Amino acid sequence: MLRLVVRRLLQLIPTLLGLSVLLFLWLDRLPGGPASAILGEKATEAEVARINRALGLDQPVYVQYWRFLKRIAELDLGTSTQTGQPVWDEFVLRFPATVELSLLAILIAVAVGVPLGYFAARNRGGWLDVSAVSGSLVGICIPVFFLALLLKQVFAVQLGIFPSYGRQDTGINATDVTGFAVLDGILTGEFDASWDAITHLILPSVALASIPLAVIVRMTRASVLEVQDEDYVRTAEAKGLKRSVVRTRHVLRNAMLPVVTAVGLLTGSLLSGAVLTESVFSFGGIGSFIRTAIDGRDYPVLVGFIMFIALIYVLINLLVDLAYSLIDPRVRVH
Amino acid sequence: MSVATKTDKIQRLAELAATKETSTGASLWREAFRRLKRSKMAIIGAVVIALFVVLAIIGPYVAPFSPTAQTWRGEVFPNRGEFVGMRGENWFGLDHLGRDMFSRMLVGARQTLLVGVVATMIGLIIGFVIGGLAGAFATLGGDTGKRIDSVIMRFIDIMLAMPSLLLAVSIAAVMGQSLTTVMIAVGVVQIPVFARLLRGSMLAQGSSEYVLAARSLGVRKRRIVLSQIIPNSLSPVIVQATLSLATAIIEAAALSYLGLGNPDPAIPEWGVMLTQAQRFFDNAPMMAVYPAVGIIITALGFTLLGEAMREALDPKLRG
Repeated sequence: MLRLVVRRLLQLIPTLLGLSVLLFLWLDRLPGGPASAILGEKATEAEVARINRALGLDQPVYVQYWRFLKRIAELDLGTSTQTGQPVWDEFVLRFPATVELSLLAILIAVAVGVPLGYFAARNRGGWLDVSAVSGSLVGICIPVFFLALLLKQVFAVQLGIFPSYGRQDTGINATDVTGFAVLDGILTGEFDASWDAITHLILPSVALASIPLAVIVRMTRASVLEVQDEDYVRTAEAKGLKRSVVRTRHVLRNAMLPVVTAVGLLTGSLLSGAVLTESVFSFGGIGSFIRTAIDGRDYPVLVGFIMFIALIYVLINLLVDLAYSLIDPRVRVH
Repeated sequence: MSVATKTDKIQRLAELAATKETSTGASLWREAFRRLKRSKMAIIGAVVIALFVVLAIIGPYVAPFSPTAQTWRGEVFPNRGEFVGMRGENWFGLDHLGRDMFSRMLVGARQTLLVGVVATMIGLIIGFVIGGLAGAFATLGGDTGKRIDSVIMRFIDIMLAMPSLLLAVSIAAVMGQSLTTVMIAVGVVQIPVFARLLRGSMLAQGSSEYVLAARSLGVRKRRIVLSQIIPNSLSPVIVQATLSLATAIIEAAALSYLGLGNPDPAIPEWGVMLTQAQRFFDNAPMMAVYPAVGIIITALGFTLLGEAMREALDPKLRG
């Protein structure tokens, strides 16, 4: 187990180095460049040269890259051109919102998708199966932002059941402890603040859950169909184990293996989807900030945030692989 | 080893080499096609795609009105929330600038298809070359080849480490707004998917008996890769290309929603139309629903056909 962790962490190094090269090249290619951004349009060549020297841009590329790596290591990604705040601070400020949203979305997707896929497989060809399969096909094909708009229009604007934007009502004066609105309410005893945050989370997380849900339903269904015909399931039944035991311990547990991997890979689509749903609901997470960064061509924020997201994505998939080896003893052997 | 068994072996390998290449390849496809024809999913998908392609070709010629002329400008007041829905001459109503929605939908199909096809082609071709090289090095390149393969795959892993939409966003943001940018951004995102798929499929083929046979007969490595391994590794790539057309159309719509789409409002494209319509969702929801339904149905068509093809080509299901 430990060897696996160490090996995977070592494999992370070339990936991160590769990402950093991409990031470096990208920052280098950004239109304008820092000199003209600081001096404006009317800069003379001498002034540009002076700024470039001050910023170390006259150095050879490898020196620049080395300095760049040192800056990254100190979490210095520059400042947002829109707010004037360091990119790292902006990230820390908004990250909890996106985590809350993504967690709830993946929770919905797993809690609904696994049972749905399981029962669809058990009743193969029945109405539940047909509707689960066709529903998940449609779910993959609906543009996430359109689904979000639709949910907002119906449940927030017309029916008024849920709030239509934001993370929390401005009227609620919640104490900020961790930045996680739901958790903060519980920690400080302000349960109404927690509840309010949850109602704000529901519509965006349902929209965000659509694609993961569709994928999980289909994965679970396919996986259960495959596992339930395995020899060991027949053996378990033949030796007289209770039906319920066979179903949970033999069928479901083995069928979950590919689903666990899928959940890890789905975090990528979750983070992409968050950009879309957050901006529909003006939800103050990293997603909607990326949207405004695109509109305002705020390159430091775009580059920094996207790199953080890539890093998180890689780390989550590492965790998923480790979880996988905990669930499946066969993987541990290697 | 006696001479007799040796010639025996060569004989057997020669037979394998002679039969496997063409006969299995052809019958796999023929059988898959036969099963595809019986699949309801495939039929529905193919019909939807055919309709969409016909629409994309003839759309501009059969549209009753100009898709760009603001003919009924005086009847629509977006600021006051006054829109025109379905009526006699305008089957789908008018958009916020007084243009005929039905005509815009008809003409827009072409751009939507174009974005999907070009983006997928970009991903497919580049991914194919990268994956094909990696696969060739990994199967027949020996130790050096394996090392080259792992370098290439490390690079692909880095690309995969970026969530697809965000990778597309970063490309589009750096390149600036245009239809070409959207195609490239959505296409580049697909590269690692195709590369991994082809390489994986080639690795599976590389250890098969017919490759061994061809090698022992002294067939040149390049020929083994080009005429035996690659043709036999194609099926998952073709399935993926079909599925990618759906993803590409949806991702292109997402990019234009994020303000990185085609900046020319005169050219109707479903994703752009959907994006423009969302501002007026309160008063004219149908303006968004038409392009959205167009996108969903088209994506569904490609997904259905792709899934049906996957099932038809699945060796486990071959009877």
